[in-house]
Amino acid sequence: MTVLRTVNLVKIYQNKHVPVPAVRGVDLLVDEGEFVAVMGPSGSGKSTLLHMLGGLDIRTSGEIWLDGQRADTLSESAWALLRRKKIGFVFQFFNLVASMTVADNVELPALLAGVSSKEARARREYLLDALSLTERADAAPAQLSGGEQQRVALARALANKPALLLADEPTGNLDSRNTRDVLRLLSEVHRDGQTIVLVTHDARVASLADRVVSLLDGQIVDDGRIARRRPGRGGAGEVIDLR
Amino acid sequence: MRLHLLALLAKEPAHGYELKQALEQTFGSAYPSPNIGQIYVTLGRLEKDGLVRAVDVEQSNRPNKKVYYLTGKGRDALTDWVDEPTEGPRVRDEFFMKLVLAPLTGIADRMALINRQRRHYLALMRDLNELAERTDQGNQVALLLIEGAMLHLQADLDWLERCQEDLA
Ligand SMILES: Nc1ncnc2c1ncn2[C@@H]1O[C@H](COP(=O)(O)OP(=O)(O)O)[C@@H](O)[C@H]1O
Ligand SMILES: [Mg+2]
Repeated sequence: MTVLRTVNLVKIYQNKHVPVPAVRGVDLLVDEGEFVAVMGPSGSGKSTLLHMLGGLDIRTSGEIWLDGQRADTLSESAWALLRRKKIGFVFQFFNLVASMTVADNVELPALLAGVSSKEARARREYLLDALSLTERADAAPAQLSGGEQQRVALARALANKPALLLADEPTGNLDSRNTRDVLRLLSEVHRDGQTIVLVTHDARVASLADRVVSLLDGQIVDDGRIARRRPGRGGAGEVIDLR
Repeated sequence: MRLHLLALLAKEPAHGYELKQALEQTFGSAYPSPNIGQIYVTLGRLEKDGLVRAVDVEQSNRPNKKVYYLTGKGRDALTDWVDEPTEGPRVRDEFFMKLVLAPLTGIADRMALINRQRRHYLALMRDLNELAERTDQGNQVALLLIEGAMLHLQADLDWLERCQEDLA
């Protein structure tokens, strides 16, 4: 089943009356359970694309379909409702609720979606544990490092088991140990069927995906699977051959 | 491999098979396991150059085995190796040559070359991820070697992106 579809999606910003085309005709199809990595140089339109998919930025033209429903023509409030129900979003600059603890930030989306508080707590405990954040559960976001805030944002986005996870550079601020936690969690939820569209520069993250979409100047220049290499052949020597 | 074997022999004399095991134990699955033939060939050359010497050790019910030990000259070669700075990786990239030269032949489209190369690098990265998962988490040497390979690959991908911006 198709979770997400865009048809000729376009975004043109106005910068002092000069049009800035950021996304120029993107056709994208994402099936249920698929993990799609979006790569491309800085300024190629990755964040703009993701923001439109998440209803955070209004498209200039084209169509966005979510779970079989046309989304881009909805009213702002209907879009917001759909977003809360179906989408988990990790922003490039994580927006946590400053007045709430880490634990409450993570539980909030599930509670808003009507999940029982017991279930919401269990999910929160699982996610914080997977991201090595259990000890920070009672902290306020302002007390956290950038990397910790980023992981809390990921936990929050996954709290609801959303139909679609959208993540913009979710490991951008992490050191390699914390990146490993995120990699493990992403593989785990993907294995459990989570649909993911994720923007990244980090090849370790991208290599977990089923498919890689490459953007250049607001257009898709490549969209394809990462080939499975023949397992067992050659062994480590073929992989590790430092120049 | 010459100097790797000398380094192992600096710790204690050993026969060929023990050297193979020592390499495997130190580097884990992250290092291309050397075959025993290669090790004996290398030991033979080291002996010819006077860097190691072999003694026959008698074994009951089995043919004699050769135990190798480091000579003074071998020790000096090892000291030189450790003391001198090591060359960093150089960019001698076959793909880049292809990217620059192939369009001259009229058979290749740069965008297509770059896209295919990106997928190839990502497939390699996936193998490294899987290798890291299979590796004993206590083997820091092996894990660091894998991480090094990953960082090199990341640099190659970043460079590929720059090539795409400026050449494609
Ligand atoms: N709010 C905005 N107003 C004007 N231009 C913008 C705005 N947001 C992004 N852009 C421009 O759109 C292009 C794509 O930006 P972005 O989607 O952030 O790229 P990426 O995430 O790939 O780095 C860039 O040229 C950027 O300067
Ligand atoms: Mg961005």
